[in-house]
Amino acid sequence: MTSDNIILETRNITKFFPPNIYANYKINFNLKEGEIHALLGENGAGKTTLMRILFGELTPDEGEIYIKGKKARIKSPRDAISYKIWMVHQHFRLVENLTVTENIALGLANKIIHPEKEVESKIKEIMETYELRVDINAKIWQLSTGEKQRVEILKALYAGSKILILDEPTSVLTPLERERFFKVLKKLKENRTSIIFITHKLDEAMKSDRITVLRKGKLIATVYPYEIDKNELVKMMIGKNISFLTTKNKRSISNKKVLNVKNLWVLGDRGVYAVQGATFELKEGEILGIAGVAGNGQKELAEAIVGLRPISKGEIYICEKNITNKPTRFIYDNGVAFIPEDRIGTGVIIDLSVIDNFILKTYYLPEYTKHKIFIQYNKFLNTFNDAVKKYGIIVPNPYFPVKTLSGGNIQKLILARELSKKHKLIIALHPTYGLDVATTNAVRKTLLEESMRGTSILLISEDLEEIFLLSDKIAVMYRGKIVGVFEKEKADLHTIGLLMAGEEIRGA
Amino acid sequence: MRIRIRKRVVESKRKIILIKIIAVLSALLADAIIFLFMNVDPLRAYYEILRAAFLTEYGLTETIVKFIPLALISFGLMVVFKAQTWNIGAEGQLLMGAIVTTWVALNLGFLPSYIIIPLMYFSGFIAGLSWALIPSFLKIKLHVNEVLTTFMMNLIAQKILEYFVYGPWRDPHGWGFPQTAMFPENARLPILPGTRIHYTTLLLALATCFILYVLIWKTTIGYEIKVVGGNIEAARYAGINIAKIVFLTMIISGGLAGLAGVGEVGGIKFRLNPNVSPGYGYTGIVIAWLGGLNPLGVAIAAFLYSGLLVGGDALQVAMRLPQATINIFNGSILFFILAFDFFTRYEIKLER
Repeated sequence: MTSDNIILETRNITKFFPPNIYANYKINFNLKEGEIHALLGENGAGKTTLMRILFGELTPDEGEIYIKGKKARIKSPRDAISYKIWMVHQHFRLVENLTVTENIALGLANKIIHPEKEVESKIKEIMETYELRVDINAKIWQLSTGEKQRVEILKALYAGSKILILDEPTSVLTPLERERFFKVLKKLKENRTSIIFITHKLDEAMKSDRITVLRKGKLIATVYPYEIDKNELVKMMIGKNISFLTTKNKRSISNKKVLNVKNLWVLGDRGVYAVQGATFELKEGEILGIAGVAGNGQKELAEAIVGLRPISKGEIYICEKNITNKPTRFIYDNGVAFIPEDRIGTGVIIDLSVIDNFILKTYYLPEYTKHKIFIQYNKFLNTFNDAVKKYGIIVPNPYFPVKTLSGGNIQKLILARELSKKHKLIIALHPTYGLDVATTNAVRKTLLEESMRGTSILLISEDLEEIFLLSDKIAVMYRGKIVGVFEKEKADLHTIGLLMAGEEIRGA
Repeated sequence: MRIRIRKRVVESKRKIILIKIIAVLSALLADAIIFLFMNVDPLRAYYEILRAAFLTEYGLTETIVKFIPLALISFGLMVVFKAQTWNIGAEGQLLMGAIVTTWVALNLGFLPSYIIIPLMYFSGFIAGLSWALIPSFLKIKLHVNEVLTTFMMNLIAQKILEYFVYGPWRDPHGWGFPQTAMFPENARLPILPGTRIHYTTLLLALATCFILYVLIWKTTIGYEIKVVGGNIEAARYAGINIAKIVFLTMIISGGLAGLAGVGEVGGIKFRLNPNVSPGYGYTGIVIAWLGGLNPLGVAIAAFLYSGLLVGGDALQVAMRLPQATINIFNGSILFFILAFDFFTRYEIKLER
C-alpha cells in the first residue's frame, strides 16, 4: 500500500531553548503517504518538540515545513488542522465530565452548532471503518485509558485528518491494549492515513514501516526496519554501547518483616475506594514489584503507606511498629524513603537551590541544626558533595537553582536525598519513567545495590521489563486490588499482562 | 528583523536592580511630559521632591516618620507572601493595634512610662495578631480564601474604630470631633527632640528587619516558609505542617501591622481618630513586592517610597500643583516598576 509520495517534509527545522539547548537542529524529516513512521529517541532527544512544531504548538526558530511539496504556514494548531494534521498528546486533552460524542464535537471550533444525530451517525461510520469501538454515550471518566486514546483518535478522524501524530501512544496501555492499538494503526494505514508515532521502545519501532532516530536534537538516520537490528538502533539512539543490567547477584533474604500491609482500604480523589483490601508483606532486602496500569490504586497505596492519604480501614506495620494514619514525618523518621511519581510537581521545589532541595527530608534533624532552630548548611555540604559524586549528579555548585537541571539529574537528586537519610524501606513510584537509558540504568543499579545492603523496596512501575529485572516477587494491582503475587521465577509476562488487563487467572 | 520574547532561566540580581532603575527613570520621563503640560519645569519639580524628601533635615525626618509604619507592615507582609499566603488585611490589623493601644493608654495611664509603653507595644502586637487569627482559622479549617476574609476584616476594623471615636470614647472636650482624648504624658512614645520620630518604634522596625533576615535564611521555620511558598505539594510530601506555617506567617504579619498602629497613635497623634492610617496597610502590599520579598530590599523600598510621599506633599505646596498631580506621579512610578517586572522574568531580543 505504501506509495512513495512524500506528504510532509521538514527542511532545516531548528528550535532553540535558552540558555543553551537546541531541542531541534536542522532537522530534515519526511513522511510518506499511508506509512507508519516511528520517531525513536531518548527523552530530551527532541521528538515531541519536532511534533509540536508540525502541529503548530511551537514555532521553529528556523526552517520550513512542506506539505505535498508546497510550503506550509503553520503558526497554530488551527493551521495544522486545516492541513489535515492532528496530534494526540501523551496526556489526553478530553473533558472528563462530557460524553464521548460531546468531546468529539467540541474539538471542532469552526462550527458552533452540531446536530447530535448527525455527529453520532458520522462517529459510528468512522468507528465501523476503523474498528475503533467505544460507547459514545459514556462519560470520559468512565472509560479506561485505552478507550480514551481511541476517543482521541476518533476526534482526529472526525476532523478529517490525514496525518496523525501520536506522542508515546503505548506508554499508558496494557500489553493487550497495545496489540489492539497496532491493529488500529494498520486499519488507518489501509485507509491512507499517514501516521507518525513517538516511542522510545525498540520493539514498537520495529513494527513500523520506517524509523527516524533523533538524538540530542539531531536527526541521526531514517531507516527501514528490515535493514537494521535492535543493537544498531540502540547505538543510534544513545550514541554508544550501554551495558544493560542483566542478572542480579544471588543473595539471601532474611525472614524479618519490614513492611506489613493488612487489608488496606484507601479512598481516592473521587471519593471511591482506590485501594480495596490490599494485603502483602515485604521482607528485609526484598524487592516487591507491583505491576499495573497507572490509575489502578498504586499511587494511593504508596501515599497511604507514607501517611499522605488517610487510611479508612486496615493497618500498616513497619518493623512491627504500627504506623497506620501516623504523620508523614513520623513515618519517614521510622526509615521510609519515598520516590514520588511526579518528580517536578512534588519531588522538588523548582525555585530553590540544589542544596535546599537536598535537605528537604533532613533539615530539622538534631545533627544538622543548632538548638533545633538554626540550619547548619556547612554540615550538609560534605554529605551533599559525596552524594553528587556517588550518584553522578551534574550541577555546577550547591547554590544553583534546580530549575536549570535536566529531568534525569532531578531524579538523581531526589534519589540521593531520599537515600541520604537513614532508611530500611524505599517506596519507589515509577522511578525511571521518562528517563533516558543511561539514567534509567543508574537508578536501577542504585535500587539493586540498596537491596543488597538489606533495604526492602516496594517498586511500583508500569514498565514490566523493569519489574521483571529488579523484583524478587511480583504482584499485580488491578482496580484497587492485589490480584496475584508471584515469585519471580514462577511469573511469566503473559500471565502478568492478562492480570493487568483485568482477566481472571485460575490458581493465581 | 523580528522580536523574540524568552523566559529568563536565571534571573541575575544585578540585572534585576538595573531594570528597576530603568523603570524609575522611564517613569520620571513619562511624568516629565505631564509636568510640561502643566507648565512646570520637570527638573525643578524632581529636584524639589528630592530636596524635600531627603536633603532637608525636616524632610528627612518626615520621611523616617512615614518609613516606620510602612516598614513594619511590609516586613510582615513579606513573610506571609513568601509562604504564598495573601494577607490583604494589614490595614485592619493596624487599626486594631491602634484601638487596643488607645484603650491601654487611656485607662492604664496611672502606670509609669517604663511599664505602660512596653505594655502598649505588647497589646498592639497581640491585637493585630488576633485580628489575623480569624482569617487564618477560616483558611486552615474551612479553606476559605484569605484574600476575601482579610480584606473584609479591614472594613470591620474601620467600623469598630468609628464606633469608639464617635461613641463611647469620644473626647467630651473635643468640640464634637470624632476623636478620643489625648493620651496622658507617660503613655506617649519617646520622641527625638525637634522631630516627630518615635525612635522606639523605629528601633523595633530595624530589629524586625534583622530578625526576619535570620528567620528566613538561617532557621528551619524560614526554610519551611520557602518550601510551602515554593511548592505546596512538595511541602506536603516532605511532611511539613503547612497549616502551622500559614498560621505563623499570618500572625507575624498581623502582629507587625499592629505594632505600626501603636506607633501611629502613641507616637504621632497621641489620640485615636478615624484617620489613623492613610492606607499604610495597602501601600505595604506594594512595598513588599517592590522590595522583592527580601528584608533589605523591602527596607530600601519602604524608605524610598516614604520619601516619595513626603516629596509629593512638598511639591504640592512649593509648585502649587493640585493633589491629583501628585497621585499621578506616585501612581506612574508604581506602574512603571510593576510593568518592568516583566523584563526581569523575560528577555527580549531583536533578531535578524
